[in-house]
Amino acid sequence: MSTRLARGGRRIDRSKRVEFTFNGKRLTGYQGDTLASALLANDQMLVGRSFKYHRPRGVVASGPEEPNALVALGDGARMEPNQRVTTTELFDGLSARSQNHWPSLEFDIGGLNNHVARFLPAGFYYKTFIHPRPFWKHVFEPVIRQSAGLGPAPKDRDPDVYEQVYAFADLVVIGGGVAGLHAARVAGAAGLRVLVLEQTAHWGGRSPVDGGTIDGQPVQDWIDATLQALDGMENVTLRTRCMAAGIYDHGYMIGYERLTDHAPAPGMPRHRLWKIRAAQVLSATGAIERGLSFPGNDLPGVMLAGALRDYVVEYGVSAGDRTVVVTNNDDGYRTALALKEAGLVVPAVLDARPEATGALPEAARAQGIRVETGRAIVKVMGGKRVTGVGVGLQAGEGSILEEIACDAVAMSGGWSPVVHFWSHTGGKLVWDEAQALFRPDPARAPVGADGLPNQAVGGAANGALTLGAVMADSHDAISEVLRRLGKTVSDPAPAGDAPAEAPLHPVWVMPQGAGHKLKSKMWLDYQNDVKVSDVQLAAREGYESVEHTKRYTTLGMATDQGKLSNINGLAVLSDALGAPIPQVGTTTFRPPFTPISMGAIAGEARGDIFQPLRRTPMHAWHEAHGAYFEPVGHWRRPYCYPQGGESHAQAVHREVTATRTSLGLLDASTLGKIVVKGPDAGRFLDMLYTNMMSTLPVGRCRYGLMCSENGFLMDDGVVARIDEDTWLCHTTTGGADRIHAHMEDWLQCEWWDWKVYTANLTEHYAQVAIVGPNARKLIEKLGGMDVSKEALGFMDWADGTLAGIPARVFRISFSGELSYEVAVPASRGLEFWEACHAAGAEFGATAYGTEALHVMRAEKGFIMIGDETDGTVIPQDLGLGWAISKKKADYLGKRAQERVHMTDPTRWQLVGLETLDPNERLPDGAYARASGTNANGQGNTQGRVTSSYMSPTLGRAIAMGLVLNGPSRMGEVLEFPTVDGRVLSARIVDPVFYDKAGEKQNV
Amino acid sequence: MKRYSAFAIAREAARWHMGWERAWRSPTPKAKYDVIVIGAGGHGLATAYYLGKNHGIRNVAVIEKGWLGGGNTGRNTTIIRSNYLQDPSAAIYEKARSLYETLSQDLNYNVMFSPRGVLMLAQTHHEVRGYLRTAHANKLQGVATEYIGPEKVKELCPIINLDGPRYPVLGALWQPRGGTARHDAVAWGYARACSDMGMDILQQTEVTAIRQAGGKVTGVETTKGAIACDKLAIVVAGHSGVLAEMAGFRLPIESVALQALVSEPIKPCMDVVVMANTVHGYMSQSDKGEMVIGGGADGYNNYTQRGSFHHVEETVRALVETFPMISRLKMLRWWGGIVDMTGDRSPILSKTPLGNCFINCGWGTGGFKAIPGSGWGMAELVARGEPGPLTAEFGLDRFREGRFIDESVAAGVAH
Ligand SMILES: Cc1cc2nc3c(=O)[nH]c(=O)nc-3n(C[C@H](O)[C@H](O)[C@H](O)COP(=O)(O)OP(=O)(O)OC[C@H]3O[C@@H](n4cnc5c(N)ncnc54)[C@H](O)[C@@H]3O)c2cc1C
Repeated sequence: MSTRLARGGRRIDRSKRVEFTFNGKRLTGYQGDTLASALLANDQMLVGRSFKYHRPRGVVASGPEEPNALVALGDGARMEPNQRVTTTELFDGLSARSQNHWPSLEFDIGGLNNHVARFLPAGFYYKTFIHPRPFWKHVFEPVIRQSAGLGPAPKDRDPDVYEQVYAFADLVVIGGGVAGLHAARVAGAAGLRVLVLEQTAHWGGRSPVDGGTIDGQPVQDWIDATLQALDGMENVTLRTRCMAAGIYDHGYMIGYERLTDHAPAPGMPRHRLWKIRAAQVLSATGAIERGLSFPGNDLPGVMLAGALRDYVVEYGVSAGDRTVVVTNNDDGYRTALALKEAGLVVPAVLDARPEATGALPEAARAQGIRVETGRAIVKVMGGKRVTGVGVGLQAGEGSILEEIACDAVAMSGGWSPVVHFWSHTGGKLVWDEAQALFRPDPARAPVGADGLPNQAVGGAANGALTLGAVMADSHDAISEVLRRLGKTVSDPAPAGDAPAEAPLHPVWVMPQGAGHKLKSKMWLDYQNDVKVSDVQLAAREGYESVEHTKRYTTLGMATDQGKLSNINGLAVLSDALGAPIPQVGTTTFRPPFTPISMGAIAGEARGDIFQPLRRTPMHAWHEAHGAYFEPVGHWRRPYCYPQGGESHAQAVHREVTATRTSLGLLDASTLGKIVVKGPDAGRFLDMLYTNMMSTLPVGRCRYGLMCSENGFLMDDGVVARIDEDTWLCHTTTGGADRIHAHMEDWLQCEWWDWKVYTANLTEHYAQVAIVGPNARKLIEKLGGMDVSKEALGFMDWADGTLAGIPARVFRISFSGELSYEVAVPASRGLEFWEACHAAGAEFGATAYGTEALHVMRAEKGFIMIGDETDGTVIPQDLGLGWAISKKKADYLGKRAQERVHMTDPTRWQLVGLETLDPNERLPDGAYARASGTNANGQGNTQGRVTSSYMSPTLGRAIAMGLVLNGPSRMGEVLEFPTVDGRVLSARIVDPVFYDKAGEKQNV
Repeated sequence: MKRYSAFAIAREAARWHMGWERAWRSPTPKAKYDVIVIGAGGHGLATAYYLGKNHGIRNVAVIEKGWLGGGNTGRNTTIIRSNYLQDPSAAIYEKARSLYETLSQDLNYNVMFSPRGVLMLAQTHHEVRGYLRTAHANKLQGVATEYIGPEKVKELCPIINLDGPRYPVLGALWQPRGGTARHDAVAWGYARACSDMGMDILQQTEVTAIRQAGGKVTGVETTKGAIACDKLAIVVAGHSGVLAEMAGFRLPIESVALQALVSEPIKPCMDVVVMANTVHGYMSQSDKGEMVIGGGADGYNNYTQRGSFHHVEETVRALVETFPMISRLKMLRWWGGIVDMTGDRSPILSKTPLGNCFINCGWGTGGFKAIPGSGWGMAELVARGEPGPLTAEFGLDRFREGRFIDESVAAGVAH
């Protein structure tokens, strides 16, 4: 059984008991435990079920490479599925549940899959479930989905908050083991701005467990001293519980800090996402131990040797009373020694190598541990827990020479450097034959924007596996980084000292001569149930690329992303293909290093501020007056202002009627306002707009159209000439940023020598449209400017003061009524708006929203960008030929508009549409059908509805549309099939429904 | 070819699966083929398949510089729908979708086509009108779609948040027979069927030059030597510009990274595909249980198959807002592909200025769904030398004539 030892455990505080639950069972651990160590201390080895066969799964590792021991952590809205117990720190009240089983962890019906495993090899689902056809969707897929998936799906909104920070550094050191700490100290002493990220809660990494000395000091003393030195450096920032998640181009990095996972504090941010820009990055990320592929290696109780050692030394927890060690290297003996020292029984060390003569094997022998070389585990006994192993010859085929009773197996297949970060931005790897590992190739480093290397790797991450080599390598790496940054290193390299280790002997399959049957019991990927036989099958069937094998078998696609399984799987594949490992290559390493929460990625941007929120100065007024808002870009604009139980339609009706008969007020502040200025501004605007803007007199306004290079209408608005070389261009609300960018694009990329300056002043002004027969009276009441017909004619503008507020008044109209748009400084917008309402009370001044605006413009036959246009419409289609200058040699879109298809007489053109039944509104987007079908069997069409409204003014339905030869077919009736199966008939009419002569505004 | 079936699996299980054949041969190149297809992505393989199946042309090689299916075909988020707006698009995507319905049976390879339904959310009034228009167009085009209200949306997808403070869900365009398929299986299934017809799939073979004489193509040079052909089909997605340059013409294509990601697997919680275009994100759940997530393309041209973090951040934000329950899920895997974007967001299936050389590209962010239809149409174009109805409108000449098939119109502009 696994249990807490009477002594030991560097990380735990035995005076502080911590209560937690697992599957509802109340258990206790100590302050400093991980959930993994606490579960093991309570003899809870079985913690989950595998993905495909639902096999029992126990803890195998002690770090982020753990593939098995995943739990659903927390309850209710705070439940988080798939949490690795090995990286979960224990806290009081923690509640965890095992996953992927029904009805219980101990008895799982899904485990039946295990008995038919033989029929479910890699890729079996590609080969079956083909007939009968409807069964995939209705039978097979639902069953597969139900049995797949790991953790439960969260149900509620996440109550926790997340934050993001930005950081800049000369050097980011990833990993706070001895290699990283040394590098950080050297860089710190050289005056660099250094940021050190360590994913665990502790500094020092593996070394304190593995032992040895640095510069003659015990490792832990050296770590303490180094930390003290670092603490004293203002230019060095140290973060624990902060994992580097990924590296991007040009030294951009993401860090993932778990702030309160270890001590939940509702209201405090749970995770913090770091966005870091680093000149140089040094990976001191260590190495991850590999397992060994022997039959039955997935039974709970089979663990990585390093992990077993960690649990004993760090947490005073033994995974078993009797542990057989199986290894192909010297490091595995450290575990045997550590267990022995803790008073546990190690019946044997089985070393696959023909001989084991190094210092560590000798030390084991000296401790009286039985060491057998040339040996393999050929069988593991037990069901939900190891009860013993069968020992055979590594060179053999699997016959059992001896059975050894045990309740744990410590396996070590060598170590794989953590080369992820080096690889994220394209650094290449070399295969180190002697150590059987991939390590970074210094000749093919990732590069920054200047094409020079911007990463280095030091210590075990670079394939330096003994303490002496680690310290020397770390020193080399930081020396190289300092050289790149123009600094010199003054300190000498620290001297690490630990027992020498003999080379490992690569063992990819154990025993060497195993047949198919045994190979189908050798697990590579524990979570996804991928076995040696699966990889071999993939190779046999032609899935030879490592990517094919990965995808066909799902090797390395589990939540550990192959940290444990990839190299072993690769070696099996290379053997099956008869190709050397480096030729087979690795799959691509991509961020994130381990999974990071969506919450952290989203950060603070949630709810109201999920995107930047833009409000006009009058926003509070709108809210107070019951506005129903609609999003327009990042703005929120009142759609209408329902009063006393009105429906939206009723509100719109009232707003339109009030405006047409007396006075309406619109908050038009969101309208884009871009100032274009400079000696070449006129020339520039002549290119930008289809009409002539350079000839516009100062004091006048002109309606302008802007087209894309392809000739399509992209925006419209009123342009006012402010002075000799200044124009103010109004754009649509949604178009402001885009059009400003469009202007800058042309100015910066094409006409960079033109003297033009642009500025987007949209938010500098509040703008109010004062509309209706009483508009002038209102302005006169506000007082301060002469806005008479004579003083301020249609399409004039003037500066002045209204109601004591500086104002610019444009006499323009988008409704057909007498209308003024008044711009005032944004800071006085609300004041002006309220002044308008106060003074307008006697005229029944009515605030109206975007929908009333739309209705009125449609009644008047004005087009709306985004309704009448959709990126395929040219001004000529809309009867806007009058706004296209014939005099200009060029404008954006002119050449395009001369192309064959653009001048095609059969283009659809703008018309008005009146349903024969005036109470029946044409549906938005309906198409006018034509007879017959096209070559693809689709119904022919001859037009479509672009806008459609009930007109309060005309008391009937009106619509605008684009129709084949429309303008020459006035009076013809078209048929519009609707989606609900009806057919509506509508007559082609002039698109101007209201005040065709334009008398209303001409007063 | 030995057929796949439950029976075959039982038979093989008895002998520890030692009797399975290779899914596709690993041939040495011949000196000459009738047709060479460059690019063993879905579109290239489907082109070859229908050349053989529909036109009896089987002396075909598909040349692939990496591993088959390793381009965008193996990197996409597998959404299949045909609710496009413009007639030519609806025709080819619906052809593809309907071929997907029976593709597993055609290929004797389970591509796991799952017509679970696709929802495209309308979150502004402008978008509502856009989808209503699409629904009307689809009706005349024979594409079964429906515009539905928010209650129905919630019923189809209970994990959705209808009432976000910024962009409440106003409705959706619903295509009940849209869905997903297993992307690798599509490539593998076609490859197996092509190989079985005697076609050669040449992997790890990069085309480095295109040979021509008298204005016509005569063959290609590759990293494994020169190979002659009568006709050439270039089907290389993000690398189309590179190949076109070899052939001596230019394309109106920009290559940009498009990223996608998946969460850790969880138990089934979402039975439909949801796309939210206003906020730029979409999500579905794979059969493995991972939430499959994608968003907009990166803003700058490149070939790195990596993207920038801020795009992913925007996408995840959009989806946390739309599906608040994913906040406590973790992002597991994340990747990018290089997509080939045209100005009108519609593909190019066309003759080229070089005689007997044809091109199929421009599928951009959405060509997985089109694979069978595109292969069908492209095979017709290559075999006959002239486009059929499915591809007639997708010629290169449309850019010269201004005859765009603009599919970005639904995402036009808000007033
Ligand atoms: C992240 C992402 C998500 C997507 N999501 C969806 C989705 O949900 N739904 C959808 O319908 N579509 C989606 N797409 C788009 C879809 O993936 C592509 O449109 C489609 O797969 C393109 O297929 P293809 O065969 O044209 O190209 P690819 O699959 O890219 O194949 C082209 C092949 O050409 C090869 N090649 C290139 N140059 C050479 C050369 N010189 N010699 C030989 N071979 C060469 C490449 O190696 C590659 O294998 C997505 C794309 C991405 C990147």
